[in-house]
Amino acid sequence: MSIRVYDLAHARAGDKGNTSNISVICYDAKDWDFIERELTPQRVSEAFKHIAKGPVKRYPLRNLKAFNFVIENALGGGVTISLAQDIHGKSLSNVMLAIELPDRT
Amino acid sequence: MDDAKLLIGRGGRPAAMLRQNGISFGRGSAGMKSQGVVRIGAGAGTSDDRMVPALELAERGNIDYLVFECLAERTVSRENLSRSKNPDQGYSPSLHARLRMVLPACMRNGVRIVSNMGAANPVGGARATRKEAADLGLGDVPVAVVLGDDVSSIVKHRPELRLMENGEPLESILPAMISANAYLGADVVCEALNTGAPIVLSGRVADPSLFLAPMMHEFGWAYDDLPKIAQGTAAGHLLECTASVTGGCFGWPGKKEVPDLALNGYPFADVRADGSIVIGKTPDTGGRLDVMTCTEQLIYEIHDPTVYLTPDCTLDITGVKLTQEESDRVRVEGARAKPRTDTYKVSVGYADGYIGEGEVSYGGIDAIARAKWAAEVVKERLRLQGFKYEDFRVDLIGMSSLHGAPDQRPEPYEVRLRLAGRTRDRKAAHAIGFETRAMHMHGPGGAGGACEPRVRDVLAVKSVLLPKNLVNAQVVVEGTL
Repeated sequence: MSIRVYDLAHARAGDKGNTSNISVICYDAKDWDFIERELTPQRVSEAFKHIAKGPVKRYPLRNLKAFNFVIENALGGGVTISLAQDIHGKSLSNVMLAIELPDRT
Repeated sequence: MDDAKLLIGRGGRPAAMLRQNGISFGRGSAGMKSQGVVRIGAGAGTSDDRMVPALELAERGNIDYLVFECLAERTVSRENLSRSKNPDQGYSPSLHARLRMVLPACMRNGVRIVSNMGAANPVGGARATRKEAADLGLGDVPVAVVLGDDVSSIVKHRPELRLMENGEPLESILPAMISANAYLGADVVCEALNTGAPIVLSGRVADPSLFLAPMMHEFGWAYDDLPKIAQGTAAGHLLECTASVTGGCFGWPGKKEVPDLALNGYPFADVRADGSIVIGKTPDTGGRLDVMTCTEQLIYEIHDPTVYLTPDCTLDITGVKLTQEESDRVRVEGARAKPRTDTYKVSVGYADGYIGEGEVSYGGIDAIARAKWAAEVVKERLRLQGFKYEDFRVDLIGMSSLHGAPDQRPEPYEVRLRLAGRTRDRKAAHAIGFETRAMHMHGPGGAGGACEPRVRDVLAVKSVLLPKNLVNAQVVVEGTL
């Protein structure tokens, strides 16, 4: 049985230009290592491939039980020119939460 | 009204501040200063933010400062256009309503106001502010104005500057440039506070700097005292989106509950001279403020968390520790910073054609197939008329408009078809909505509820870095101190 990011963490998306940043924050610090191992930039890149050209970078924030994913070329050219309804990509955190990870057992 | 007086104390600090008509400004029981704490409230995090929570802070938040951050990326461009039509305008249109609401409470409770609502015309905004104050019977209220963020005349002569987004020279967008504004820092806002004016109004200033400035002013923090500047910047970043740290943009039914979300309050920072920070929120308001809400906001819009560039410092949040002290109070520790860079980020706004949009709905059997067919018909009509688009998009709202991938989604019962395109040609932009609406009469069966054709001007923004020594940030005072 797989587990979703949603089951272990919460997330928020922010925008700057054509780049989206999405935090992934563990509810429980003990899940941080698992997320670090499984929620790789490659896996995130794959989940966003129909939305963002990438690249995707991941920054660890262990103190905050969190990671910051920075996804380039994700916002239709940027807030000011994007044709999207959600020009800021605020809803993109939900793509992150829906990513399935392999079961730990 | 002519008995308004501002007494400047030793060291250029306001001693008794404004005294008039029984209103004493800067003393009285309100505020936290008597306890060695300066309390800085967040009154707005965008130009469209709610207003009443700011009044709640001013009335019963026990704050010393109220900061209104009201400039989105392209707001200054838009206001520059307003100013070109009417030289008295160009400040944030929400200034009147916001100040009318909070000024009486702020003056009564000695709350100083800091805001970037000056937008493209801070002096005009200051005059409008003074008029609002006079009309409210608050007398002659001086306003310190931060100038120098408008660098359009400087960058015009530097076509070789590289756009941060694509590396092309600034020259490529100069002919269409509407505005160029440097994100000024806390240093000049602090200078404005040093004048003693109860209200400080600026154009473009980096969001966290609006909050850091009152701390520097109150505690005399040196601009190079990095541990304190780091803490103040982190606090500013936590506050700059108001309700985003008090339960807004956060809740999830059954998973992340937020009490009284309809009544969530705005946050403040309690700051001490040593740089210690606790974030809190207006008592008896809805929402929640805890480590989870603070963490989401702390990482929001940050890229490399060791290099968050502001005009004041290079912030590193990787060492930050957030601790729940009591209900709705979170301590912030461990922000670090490296020195600031020697450049300002400059947002260059320019006209970049038009975006046209149209929408129409389909429901029931084969709703998706009919919507897709209609999209093809509209595209064919636009092609036959010779219209060209730099970017074009078809959305199936209810299925794939937010996260794409229509082929992987289950079909919904009903769908709203949306077509949007960006173009230099206004007629081509209008034609999208026109042809989409025509699906009522000329498209696949059973189309309903098309919207009127929509066209909007595109105010695009790109950025350059400008050496700080080319920028003349300064303070002028409207009115008499």
